[in-house]
Amino acid sequence: MFNYLIRRLLISAITLVIISMVIFGILKIAPGDPLAGFANNPNVPIEVRAKIRKNMGLDDPIPLQYAKWAREYVRGDWGQSFLSRAPAREIIFNRLPTTLKIVGSAYLISVMIAIPIGVISALRQYSAFDQISTTFAFLGFSLPTFFSGLVLIVIFSFKLDWFPFVYDKTVTGFWPNVKQSILPVTVLALAGSAELTRFVRASMLEVISQDYVRTARAKGLREQSVIVFHAMRNAMIPVVTILALQIPTIFGGAIITEQIFRIPGIGSLLIESINSADAPVVMGISMGIAILVVLFNIIADVIYALLDPRIKLA
Amino acid sequence: MVQHVSTAPATTAPGAAALDQLEKAGLKKHRSLWNNAWRQFRHHRLALVGLIVFVSLVLITYVGAMIYPRDKDYIDFMVTSLPPFQSWKYPLGTDTLGRDILARLLWGGRVSIAVGVISATVAITIGTLVGAVAGFFGGAIDSLLMRITDLFISLPTVPLLLMISFLFRDSFYNWFDREFGNGNLGIFVLIVLVIAALAWMPTARLVRASFLSLKEKEFVEAARAVGVNRPSIVLRHILPNSLSPIIVAGTLSVGAAIIGESVLSFLGLGFPSDVPTWGRMLFEAKDFLQLSPHEAMIPGTAIFITVLAINYIGDGLRDALDPRKTQ
Repeated sequence: MFNYLIRRLLISAITLVIISMVIFGILKIAPGDPLAGFANNPNVPIEVRAKIRKNMGLDDPIPLQYAKWAREYVRGDWGQSFLSRAPAREIIFNRLPTTLKIVGSAYLISVMIAIPIGVISALRQYSAFDQISTTFAFLGFSLPTFFSGLVLIVIFSFKLDWFPFVYDKTVTGFWPNVKQSILPVTVLALAGSAELTRFVRASMLEVISQDYVRTARAKGLREQSVIVFHAMRNAMIPVVTILALQIPTIFGGAIITEQIFRIPGIGSLLIESINSADAPVVMGISMGIAILVVLFNIIADVIYALLDPRIKLA
Repeated sequence: MVQHVSTAPATTAPGAAALDQLEKAGLKKHRSLWNNAWRQFRHHRLALVGLIVFVSLVLITYVGAMIYPRDKDYIDFMVTSLPPFQSWKYPLGTDTLGRDILARLLWGGRVSIAVGVISATVAITIGTLVGAVAGFFGGAIDSLLMRITDLFISLPTVPLLLMISFLFRDSFYNWFDREFGNGNLGIFVLIVLVIAALAWMPTARLVRASFLSLKEKEFVEAARAVGVNRPSIVLRHILPNSLSPIIVAGTLSVGAAIIGESVLSFLGLGFPSDVPTWGRMLFEAKDFLQLSPHEAMIPGTAIFITVLAINYIGDGLRDALDPRKTQ
């Protein structure tokens, strides 16, 4: 296990280095040299711009530039935002809590919806409940978040006037904050729970027809304890790994949702930065998401091994 | 494989039911895998509905865009934000600029669907190639290709999609405009390539797994023994047997690609405003939700229905092509 972990971490580190090279490389070969930033400002005289380029090392060979960037990045200097002139890391971490709040609550809610519905669906396979929940899961799975967000705004903000449609970070107090988070959280939770419900149902169905579940019933255990302690305990193993793998995905989904509800989080920051070619911030966020993906992949594998004694990591 | 499937019903369903079934199937009539799959597919009612809906959507958008009299860019300042079903002249109403929504929906729908189908085709082609080479040759080639696949899986998809589209949009537009006189074609190519480049990995893994197990099977060994050359073994013996997962993955990735294009256009990073794909229409409508909600609801519903239909087709194909489920 320990050796496995070390090897996995090593491979992940290499993966992350290559991903950062890919992102850096794309920004380097892109027309207009987006990494040049201030040196691109047309208001600055050409001679001064050339000097800036020289000072920033923009005319060095690309591998050397990458090495310099990587060194600073690891040290915690993510560069200066071209747009606001503030350190990119500071800007990103300022925006992070808002995103975490929305994404975190959406994630919790989607788990709380998906697990009971998926389990009940599997227990009563082909019942009306199962058919309805499977259909809803399928609908939710096919409904893109950019559209469900707009539909919710039209219904709940304009027609019913229950919730605001623009997220205001300056709002204080618990209830107003909950109120303005309900729509974006619903959008994300719907999308997340649809996929999860299908997964929980499938996993539960597989377990429930196994011999040891029949044995548990045969020896006279109460149905409740058969389901909870025998079936669910095993059915949840793959579900937990999917839960870990879903975390980076839900951040990806948040990019779009934040844009719809104008939530000042990481996602909208990413779009703003892309649209204004603010390369340091774009690099910072993309690398952050890449780290999340790689990290949660490891976590998923480790959880799987810890929960399932049949899996031996070597 | 084909032979195996056609004899399966006789052995699996015992008793009178089996006899009845054999009679129905017609013992003399040869039943191929595709015949079987189609029979199975028809039983999945929603998949069949999905197929009909999708084919109709393709026909309606292509034929409709050709015969519909009004131009997508025609602006009628007299009727702006007209709700749908109010006038014969504008069946689905007009947008805030006074453009005919139906004309835009038909014209742009073709592009949305084409992006989806072509990206998915490119993605599964790359995936099949990578997976087949990795699975067939094994060893160092396999490890290298699978490392690359893992790397692509770890890429931050959404940021990269947005970033590449933003950075290279203008140069693709200009280059295609100069070379072919059609800049929007460049945007189309760029979007298709980016979506495909970020979507081929699951197919590669599926195909590799399938190749790994198939190449050890007796029928491949037999083919090898009678001296069939390598390309034929891959193309005529192994590949046809691993088509099922490729087809299912390909179908589902059409839906994913349509959503991918819509996301790009919805964020203003996809097609320009003279190419009103459904995502682009949503992008233009989202700031006028209060004034004319139908402007967003119509293209949004179109995306939803198309993706739903494709997902049901994929679901049906998964069941139909699963040999364990053959009746």
